[in-house]
Amino acid sequence: MNSGKNVRFRIHRRENPSAPPRWEEFEVSYYPGMNVIGALMEIQKNPATADGKPTTPPAWEANCLEEVCGSCTMVINGAVRQACSALVVNLSQPIELRPMSKFPNLRDLKVDRSRMFEGLKKVGAWVPLDGTHALGAGPKVSPETQQKAYALSRCMTCGCCLEACPQYHSRSQFIGAAAISQVRLFNLHPSGAMNAGERLEALMGPGGVSNCGNAQNCVKVCPKEIPLTTSIGEVEWQVTQHAIKKLLGF
Amino acid sequence: MAETKIIIVGGGLAGLMTTIKAVEAGAMVDIFSIVPVKRSHSVCAQGGINASVNTKGEGDSPQIHFEETIYGGDFLGNQLPVKGMCEASPNIVYLLDRMGVPFNRTPEGNLDFRRFGGSRYHRTAFAGATTGQQLLYALDEQVRRFEAEGKVKKYEGWEFLSILKDGKGSCCGIVALDLIRMEIHPFLAGAVVLATGGPGLIFGKTTNSLTNTGGAAGSVYQEGAIYANGEFIQVHPTAISGGDKLRLISESVRGEGGRVWTLKDGKRWYFLEEWYPAYGNLVPRDIASRAIYKVCRELGLGIDGKDQVYLDVTHIDKKRLRERLGGVLEIYEKFMGESPYEVPMKVFPAVHYSMGGLWVDFDQMTNISGLFAAGECEYQYHGANRLGANSLLSCIYGGMIAGPKSVEFVKSKAGSITSSEVDSQVLEQKQTIEEIYNMQGVENPHRLHQELSEMMTSHVTIVRENKKIEVVCGKIRDLMVRYQKIGLSDTNRWANGEVLFTRQLWNMLVLAELITLGALQRDESRGAHYKPGFPDRNDEEWLKTTKATYTSQGPRLEYEAVDIQYLKPRPRRYDQATAGVKK
Ligand SMILES: Cc1cc2nc3c(=O)[nH]c(=O)nc-3n(C[C@H](O)[C@H](O)[C@H](O)COP(=O)(O)OP(=O)(O)OC[C@H]3O[C@@H](n4cnc5c(N)ncnc54)[C@H](O)[C@@H]3O)c2cc1C
Ligand code: SF4
Ligand code: SF4
Ligand code: FES
Repeated sequence: MNSGKNVRFRIHRRENPSAPPRWEEFEVSYYPGMNVIGALMEIQKNPATADGKPTTPPAWEANCLEEVCGSCTMVINGAVRQACSALVVNLSQPIELRPMSKFPNLRDLKVDRSRMFEGLKKVGAWVPLDGTHALGAGPKVSPETQQKAYALSRCMTCGCCLEACPQYHSRSQFIGAAAISQVRLFNLHPSGAMNAGERLEALMGPGGVSNCGNAQNCVKVCPKEIPLTTSIGEVEWQVTQHAIKKLLGF
Repeated sequence: MAETKIIIVGGGLAGLMTTIKAVEAGAMVDIFSIVPVKRSHSVCAQGGINASVNTKGEGDSPQIHFEETIYGGDFLGNQLPVKGMCEASPNIVYLLDRMGVPFNRTPEGNLDFRRFGGSRYHRTAFAGATTGQQLLYALDEQVRRFEAEGKVKKYEGWEFLSILKDGKGSCCGIVALDLIRMEIHPFLAGAVVLATGGPGLIFGKTTNSLTNTGGAAGSVYQEGAIYANGEFIQVHPTAISGGDKLRLISESVRGEGGRVWTLKDGKRWYFLEEWYPAYGNLVPRDIASRAIYKVCRELGLGIDGKDQVYLDVTHIDKKRLRERLGGVLEIYEKFMGESPYEVPMKVFPAVHYSMGGLWVDFDQMTNISGLFAAGECEYQYHGANRLGANSLLSCIYGGMIAGPKSVEFVKSKAGSITSSEVDSQVLEQKQTIEEIYNMQGVENPHRLHQELSEMMTSHVTIVRENKKIEVVCGKIRDLMVRYQKIGLSDTNRWANGEVLFTRQLWNMLVLAELITLGALQRDESRGAHYKPGFPDRNDEEWLKTTKATYTSQGPRLEYEAVDIQYLKPRPRRYDQATAGVKK
């Protein structure tokens, strides 16, 4: 595609959660390297539909514009992904933009993902420190363990894995792959491991790890290539071990 | 005893560290942030954080770190707080390590360190090439733990509008707006800490995130807070072009051996290595940016005649690259569609960081009693030019001071505000927002912003000429007049981003004026501030901090002496090693 050409968009609109959803089409003149957020910014400068009718600029979320903050996640031509790294040149037109369907839709392309942050709270996704005063160096860690932890620690709570998961929806309590994978991360850390039991208990009841139907969709859509199904398998095993130990009264 | 309540605005590294320290000092904390704190701009930091732990046995020490920081900042940094920061750095990195940050390791399992610009030591701890993200997540997790314990309450999706002041002018809380419901409410506290990040968006396309408008600092500046050294804007030498953002290619790429070159007479010309043999590709940012600018604009030697030079890592082992720089090389690949493992990257300088910010004292308190500031929104640690990997450090260190000091303040000196004072100040904010809702002119706020930022980027960045800056000053005033003629295309009373952007635009104009005027007045060259008409540093007249106070006619500038109690200013040069080297 050359610059000078127009790109066509079909964008989901909804004024507020109780308003009915509708669609609007837009046209934006293309520049090389344009991504979906860049196109939405052009619409802000001239908020009119493809047939020239003035309209409100669509509401969307974004911050970093380099696929590290997770804000701009939406469904683009049917696939859930980050809009900032979705290059227009690779997308067929009209490019369809929808909000994620697994989270309450606040307006247009904006959703409320607070359930994900609640999940992190529920599983205790942190290393419980004695305090932030000077207590010397941390534990030694092998380069192999570091590489493994780093891979898990790049999760940006974007929600792609949940959007793709058949078990995660408004009527299920399933906590989802991202939080389960965080349990693996913190149970791997030498001091984090001291509270492994509490995290595993949080995943034992309803909505816990056993809700996963092993559909493997999550791992395919994770933009940070986090080995989610390996994490789920590993945490399931930890949960089983923990349950057995408890049963035997260890 | 009544509970001690602190409000912290901003949940980047500085805001979260302040929160942790304030809670440990016994306070209850309310955090306000536009985005969920885990999505704050700090996630963008790639390269790392400085700490002179000397694991490589090179003889590095906090004292050398201090000397290099002052020297790199061209002696404009106040020396006492900078010294404090450098001395605290080893313990800060140890603390982050205890929190579980997956820092890269040596074969023995110790923290690994790499080199960064302006230093000759391996001093930068890193977690792949997404260090900021990893540090932010570690602090976010600690704060979430306090949240689960009921010590912290988060207001995510709220925008700070103004501070509340009592009759004596002390800060007693804030007025904030719920970005979904568009409702405006007051929140009271014994002290307020702003940790709202830098103002990069004034320059439009930069390496910064979209929330970095400087809007909150601009608000309190208009309420009487002094803004210091605004003219010192760091331009990073290596970013990639883009229509929405100029994405950074971290200095760590050069720290790991990346080389900058262009073609001259058909041959590779490693101009940084030739011009600055002692530091080579790792000269400080102001120097590297000016060199690339010179090669492209003055010598006309940019690659393909464009504003670009090569940043090359193709000679480095691929596995090592992936382990240490994977995150940043992935950005290049995703957005440029070329593999930097195979083809040299094309880069050009971009606006990156503000050394200037709200004036604070050594306790991180602004000139407004009860209002503190930490992180990139304040001015204290980087003088005229920031060394790479010192910002994450200053954010965390600033938070470590602001947390306990704000709690101490509440216990001894907190102001008190009457409900009618609160009501009238809330009403003022409601009226401002209402006025924006009613704007029915012809101007579009995003297009005005584009005009402002293109002008600022052309004339108030790497090379500054008084004649052009004067024109910019006049044009900012014109834009302020045109601002009044904005017409809103969205008048919804629900999740209306345009209303908020319009409000931020005003604050950006106000800060742009202060930056530009500061640059106009300062007739010398120092760190990031370079005037071809005044190419030398002039300590006799300009070894002083710029302090801007808001007036409706424009900024009033005053100057304050710099604390130089430990190191005597000496000329700064990078062709020879003279910083932090034993002579
Ligand atoms: C691409 C890039 C790479 C970098 N790499 C490095 C590096 O390797 N090493 C280094 O030391 N430094 C680096 N820096 C600099 C460093 O990342 C920043 O200076 C630092 O992260 C700033 O942190 P902060 O806590 O001050 O603010 P931010 O992280 O910017 O957070 C600001 C917070 O304030 C909130 N906020 C803002 N305005 C309002 C308002 N009006 N109301 C409510 N909330 C508000 C935001 O929501 C956010 O939570 C880099 C910068 C960039 C752009
Ligand atoms: S593997 Fe489990 S978590 Fe992943 S998509 Fe399938 S059901 Fe969901
Ligand atoms: S695991 Fe991957 S897809 Fe899921 S939230 Fe984290 S980064 Fe997003
Ligand atoms: S804006 Fe941060 S991931 Fe796209």
